Amino acid sequence: MAKRVGMEVGIAAAEAVGLCNIDVAAVYPITPQSHIAEHLSNIVADGRINAEFITVESEHSSISSLCGASATGARTYTATSSQGLMFMHELLPIVSAMRLPIVMGIANRAVSGPLSIWNDHSDIMPQRDSGWITMFAENGQEVVDMTIQSFKIAEHKDVMLPASVNIDGFQLTHMVEPIEFPTQKEVNKFLPDRKPFATLHPDKPITMGAFAMPDRFAEVMKAKDVAIVNSKKIILEVWKEWEKQFGRSYNPVETYKAKDADVLLVTMGSMGETAEIAIDELQKKGVSVGLVKIRLWRPFPTEELKAAVKGAKVLAVTDRAVSFGGVSGPVGMEVKSLFYHEKDRPLITNYIMGLGGRDVTVEDFIKMAEKAVEAEKKGITEEYEFYGVRG
Amino acid sequence: MVKEKWQEVSPGCMVFTPGNAREYHTGSWRAERPIWDNTKCIKCGICYIFCPEACIGQDADGYFMADLDYCKGCGICAQECWPGAIEMVEEG
Amino acid sequence: MNIVENFDLFAPRLVDKKEYFTSGHRSCQGCGEALAVRLMCKALGEDVVISCATGCMEIVSSMYPATAWEVPWIHVAFENAAAVGAGVEAGLKALRRKGRIPDRYIKSVAMAGDGGTADIGLQALSGAMERGHDMLFVCFDNEAYMNTGMQRSSQTPFGASATTSPAGKVSYGQKTWKKNVPEIMVAHNIPYVATACPSYPLDFMRKVEKAKNIKGPTYIHCLSVCPTGWRSASNTTIKVGRLAVETGIFPLYEVENGKYRITVDMPEPLRPVEDYLKLQGRFRHLKSVEIEMMQERVDLEHRKLMNKVNNLQSWEELEEEGAILEVWESVLAGSEGYIE
Repeated sequence: MAKRVGMEVGIAAAEAVGLCNIDVAAVYPITPQSHIAEHLSNIVADGRINAEFITVESEHSSISSLCGASATGARTYTATSSQGLMFMHELLPIVSAMRLPIVMGIANRAVSGPLSIWNDHSDIMPQRDSGWITMFAENGQEVVDMTIQSFKIAEHKDVMLPASVNIDGFQLTHMVEPIEFPTQKEVNKFLPDRKPFATLHPDKPITMGAFAMPDRFAEVMKAKDVAIVNSKKIILEVWKEWEKQFGRSYNPVETYKAKDADVLLVTMGSMGETAEIAIDELQKKGVSVGLVKIRLWRPFPTEELKAAVKGAKVLAVTDRAVSFGGVSGPVGMEVKSLFYHEKDRPLITNYIMGLGGRDVTVEDFIKMAEKAVEAEKKGITEEYEFYGVRG
Repeated sequence: MVKEKWQEVSPGCMVFTPGNAREYHTGSWRAERPIWDNTKCIKCGICYIFCPEACIGQDADGYFMADLDYCKGCGICAQECWPGAIEMVEEG
Repeated sequence: MNIVENFDLFAPRLVDKKEYFTSGHRSCQGCGEALAVRLMCKALGEDVVISCATGCMEIVSSMYPATAWEVPWIHVAFENAAAVGAGVEAGLKALRRKGRIPDRYIKSVAMAGDGGTADIGLQALSGAMERGHDMLFVCFDNEAYMNTGMQRSSQTPFGASATTSPAGKVSYGQKTWKKNVPEIMVAHNIPYVATACPSYPLDFMRKVEKAKNIKGPTYIHCLSVCPTGWRSASNTTIKVGRLAVETGIFPLYEVENGKYRITVDMPEPLRPVEDYLKLQGRFRHLKSVEIEMMQERVDLEHRKLMNKVNNLQSWEELEEEGAILEVWESVLAGSEGYIE
């Protein structure tokens, strides 16, 4: 078993990429992703990996150039954040439509304006419908593990879709955490060279990126949707394989002391660990509350979430992004819609919190849980609430 | 062309049959067709070079002709044929 | 008949007979751009990967499940052909170095229309050229957004009536002069920049071949007559292109390692611009005062170009050590000291 090392999570993400025998990386710097970009370029500059590092002039070109590189059969990686991700937005559905298994690390950060370099999920949420496999890491170890897993999942012949690993900006990217790295040999065993379905090469000329007329477009969309829905099966297989080889288990939905709890907090990303402490304190006081953490955002873990919350009376879903003028926050909407057809559906409250780097403390989670307990008695009065906003 | 079911759509809309656009015959767009007068043709091939459709070829005797499956009747060949061997004739 | 035309007579015997951009593509009748692409492909041959921007050539050639391409070809979006081409180059380079594809040189070629090059695609193009990718970028310039219906671009010429710079009661159409993209490319200190036009097919194909064989970023700006958008007769495509050159409106030249050279002689004096304008409906509204303005500017641009042709030295001539060329070599070598 490898030794644990203390390392900044952003650096660790780059180290993880360094273990994956990538062929091409194209990264444009943006806070708080820049340590990933810098450290990955160090790894290349030191000759530790045999890869091309394209110092692109924008995020738009980082993802574009990786389209070209991935289409030749290369294993490719990029990382970005916030405005950079927004700038890439145009390309994201094209990448998945072209079935290019690009892996991207996202140091989640608020989207302007006003400009904020701090953490929330308002950058990834607008990418929700892009057809990318989307995971959220809770700590540094998960960042490393998920980065390596992502290549295997994305490149699987029954998947062939891009994947993103979401890492809360600063609150996770800049934390120094104890991390256990697999050895190069172990990664090589887990993740062999990419075997592309088809490549751009004169020996077998193919056309990639043809356009579709109305008589075909809908079939293409259906095929893409089925591909990402079915990718969950492969994700589960890969996670099982990971557990077998490395001993750490991964599930689309994780629970913490959730069994038989009346109220369940629902989180996504690094705040899960803070919420755990709140659950401990509440349970000590005898409050029937537990925690559910969504790790896999796309494809959405429908069955797993239903199973995880079975029997709960109230779900307190937290959101770190706003769908302005919408029914709820993005996660709130997703969860609510999931339970509409259920006979014994829980009440669902929705708290929008932690925007633009605003601290969410143990105390805050306790308050949210208590509000949810109250909602059980009084019923739901509003679809969502900006938690902790002055005024 | 048979319309695919969604299960039959090629992943990423990749096309594995290079040049299969040939199955579509653009010749139906044509209002005029080029007619070669081989008595004037010097087999220089300028018509072949300037054809945007890549549809002008040579017969066994080296004279040029257009593949009417594809010729859109633009008239570039007739315009550029300096010995004046090509005439554009209205489609009947 | 001038010398160039006579030379072209022997063209068929000199070119690759294989078609890489096949019949059955859906371009308009008499499309100068389709012809240019066809000729470019002949000059490039088989060992290429083409990255194509959204635009006319993408739409006419790749209606799923059909393709007019016989070479590996990829389309991703409108403004990023240069970035995609850069990635193709990087991918092929890495995979070849690692022994995962056959050890053979394959050229990455990116292509776009004038919008995808000079306007929305300029950033990606500049980035790719600046970084020194071993790739050729070809701009097929039909002087407006033809695929969306003839809206003006930065390449639409002065005086032309485009659908977003229409001639009207108080407007003579496009008021700006064509942005000089070849000159912007020259400013990137890349080893080869050229202008071309399929009306001079051998000149064009020679330039493509030359660019293909240069290791490093190269750029060709190809004037592509668009009968639909220029409102010219479809059979005059070659003639209009020829007049663009003979009037000095679109001179054909190349800049190799900083040295300018006219590759197709222009008549002296130049033919009046009116000869070019009168074949095209997009200039039909122009009055003599605007035509005079245009003539003056063309004369000025011609003198500017000839000034460069006559006075600028190549990098080899300027530098004892050939430092710029050495820099390119090191850029291309990359991390592995890998030089073709």
